[in-house]
Amino acid sequence: MEAAWFAIVVGMLAVYTVLDGFDFGVGTLHRFVARTDEERRTVFAAIGPVWDGNEVWLIAAGGVLFLSFPRVYAAAFSGFYLALMIVLWLLILRGVAIESRSRQDNPLWREFWDTTFAVASALLAFVLGTALGNVVRGVPLDGTGLFFIPLFTDFRPGPRPGVLDWYTALVGAFTLCALAGHGALYLVWKTAGPVQARGRLWARRAWLAVLPLWLAVTLATAWLRPDIFTNLLDRPWSLAFALLALGGVAGVFFFLRRGRDLAAFLSSGSFLLGLVGATMAGMYPVWLRSTLDPADSLTATNSAARSYGLRVALVWWTVGIALAVAYFVNLYRSTRGKVDVHGEGHGYE
Amino acid sequence: MSADLLWHRIQFAFTVTYHYLFPQLTMGLALLIVVLKVRALRTGDERYNEVARFWARIFGLNFAMGVVTGIPLEFQFGTNWSRFSNVAGEIIGQTLALEGVFAFILESAFLGLFLFGEKRLGPRGHLAVAVALCVGSWLSGYFIIATNAFMQHPVGYTLGKDGVLHLADFWAFVLNPWALWQYAHNMTASVITASFVMSALGAYWSLMGEHTSHAMICLRVGVIAGLLSSVIVAFPTGDGAGKMLARHQPAALAAAEGLFDSGSYAELAIIGQPNVKERRLDNPIVVPGVLSFLAYGTFGSTVKGLNDIPRSEWPDNVELLYYSYHIMVGLGTIFILVMAASAFLLWRGRLQQSRRMLWVLMLAFPFPYIATTAGWWTAELGRQPWLIYKLFRTADGGSPQVGAGNVVFTTLGFVGLYLALGMLFVLQVLKEISRGPEGKGHDPVPAGGGPPAAAVP
Repeated sequence: MEAAWFAIVVGMLAVYTVLDGFDFGVGTLHRFVARTDEERRTVFAAIGPVWDGNEVWLIAAGGVLFLSFPRVYAAAFSGFYLALMIVLWLLILRGVAIESRSRQDNPLWREFWDTTFAVASALLAFVLGTALGNVVRGVPLDGTGLFFIPLFTDFRPGPRPGVLDWYTALVGAFTLCALAGHGALYLVWKTAGPVQARGRLWARRAWLAVLPLWLAVTLATAWLRPDIFTNLLDRPWSLAFALLALGGVAGVFFFLRRGRDLAAFLSSGSFLLGLVGATMAGMYPVWLRSTLDPADSLTATNSAARSYGLRVALVWWTVGIALAVAYFVNLYRSTRGKVDVHGEGHGYE
Repeated sequence: MSADLLWHRIQFAFTVTYHYLFPQLTMGLALLIVVLKVRALRTGDERYNEVARFWARIFGLNFAMGVVTGIPLEFQFGTNWSRFSNVAGEIIGQTLALEGVFAFILESAFLGLFLFGEKRLGPRGHLAVAVALCVGSWLSGYFIIATNAFMQHPVGYTLGKDGVLHLADFWAFVLNPWALWQYAHNMTASVITASFVMSALGAYWSLMGEHTSHAMICLRVGVIAGLLSSVIVAFPTGDGAGKMLARHQPAALAAAEGLFDSGSYAELAIIGQPNVKERRLDNPIVVPGVLSFLAYGTFGSTVKGLNDIPRSEWPDNVELLYYSYHIMVGLGTIFILVMAASAFLLWRGRLQQSRRMLWVLMLAFPFPYIATTAGWWTAELGRQPWLIYKLFRTADGGSPQVGAGNVVFTTLGFVGLYLALGMLFVLQVLKEISRGPEGKGHDPVPAGGGPPAAAVP
């Protein structure tokens, strides 16, 4: 039962990464791919109908983590207190930017929110990567089951690290590029004209940066946490995730060159899914590794809720997620096709 | 109380109080928009649709504020209350996750269609989307109330040897009787807020002589819904919630009523100041017997006073609880009077000509926000000193490793950010009001403000 819930939580977080990931990527590149007001409105209209729904996956995943592994939720959220508060402010500013930009005609007003949107999106993409980096590196959990981590210390991933060290910053930079590439492919798929052309250019640039950074992150992880790779090799099924990631990155380059835009975007999605899946498959059963004493790590077994609650939740979760998939299919179907900024159905005038 | 704990409480109280200014309008307004759209479909009167579209634009703005200020709250269970999350996460995590999976995903997937898809969906399809959104927001409200009800009146759990609470009976937990009363009371209050806001704008337009036939629709729907909800919030829902308090939280009832001495024929204090040091109510005006009747249904019933409750189980801020409760009840009484008078004039066909009544309606809209806030403060202060009533103390629930300095810093950040957000919100609402309900053509101008699509290069 704990294994199933480990998979459910990781799966929901992976879906969140893929969905909100392209929103973050689109935001990161916003000022580069769109120059005139009409182009910028095209960018907003492309993510407008879906960004809110994408972000909801973070809240839903958080709730599911809370019910299934309350001790992980309590430790992680209080331990990363300062970092999470900054994430909250960025999420609020980014949402306000998307909703406010089109409400005044004043060009300075629009410029201000465009930049807020771009900066907040890029920082969130970076932070999402550092969050994963922190989970992989581990945190100073002690016998109380709690920890508190400063934003940075000496930038080394030692037993008493900060949120930012060279390793998590590297993962953050990698994530920033990967999500930028992912977002660029979304724009290539959903738009036409100059935004699409520049999106194509930036997709190529971002993915060319992803390759060396991916290699660097993989080597650094193998040096810092060799056990993840031994676990992966011991669990042949987990190689499916590695193949998904490799196939994804190959697909991105293959389909981008051939102009098969949707296939390229789906490939980058499977790259992200594969990476998150492979990382967490190598981590299992550890949720939060203690840098002080491995015995204090929070795992799927020592932090799970009792099985009655988990069994009940599995029933309603299955129903709920089936409904959610139906709504999302309906949502993406009803907004299918290229964005037409002159048409109706969006709020970005 | 340690400084750390005090700041954790202040931070949560501030963010949750500010947040709930928005959903209380969202939930009530969603219902009133459905009413307007049904009327439009029944009567074929296009003005109902124009009014519905106007309120949909306000709804969109208000909804966005609710979303962005709501995300921090779910985080704060973990960030600020990690020991509470450890103890109760297995249980309250259920309802929080239920809200995410069933309500938020539903709302987020239909909001865009509701705001911008009217033409594409047609009148019936658009009504269906409005209903879906209303159901989503009311469902969301239920899951949060059920979470709070567990803290007020825990049911459906077992206590583990390590002090951790485990879920034992899902349905008992979700259908907590406390939650049912609290939900009915809270949602009725939400309809009151929406009714007062809607009739205030109808009154404003009527006084200004603008959009008068649309203003009349706002007045009619607002006043009728306002009268119904103002009555229901007192009886049966407020009465039911009060009897739950009498049965399960006698200390909270005694403090809210300012009752120090136990006894039969307990008096209801209309006004007075609790003097906690001397353990009495200063300068009171009381009605004998009424409190016994309200709490237990007969005038002779004995109501327990604070003097018969150990000091360690008193709510830790008796005065604030007393004032919150009295403000809620007092304003609730005034709402019934205002709406009854307005409804009488509406029935006589004189409401839109009665400038004095219109002035009252126009200026009344902030008070439901105050009453609702006071009501929630009553519930939350009354629960003290317990985080989970009689099971787990607030003093034990914080995040021990997150010191006061961090919390002060981030609280100041939230105060500044929310101040800016509030100004932005008011600015946009005023802009929508000055644009008025007469849509440019048939199509709703998207919430974007600014000129209609065709005029933009």
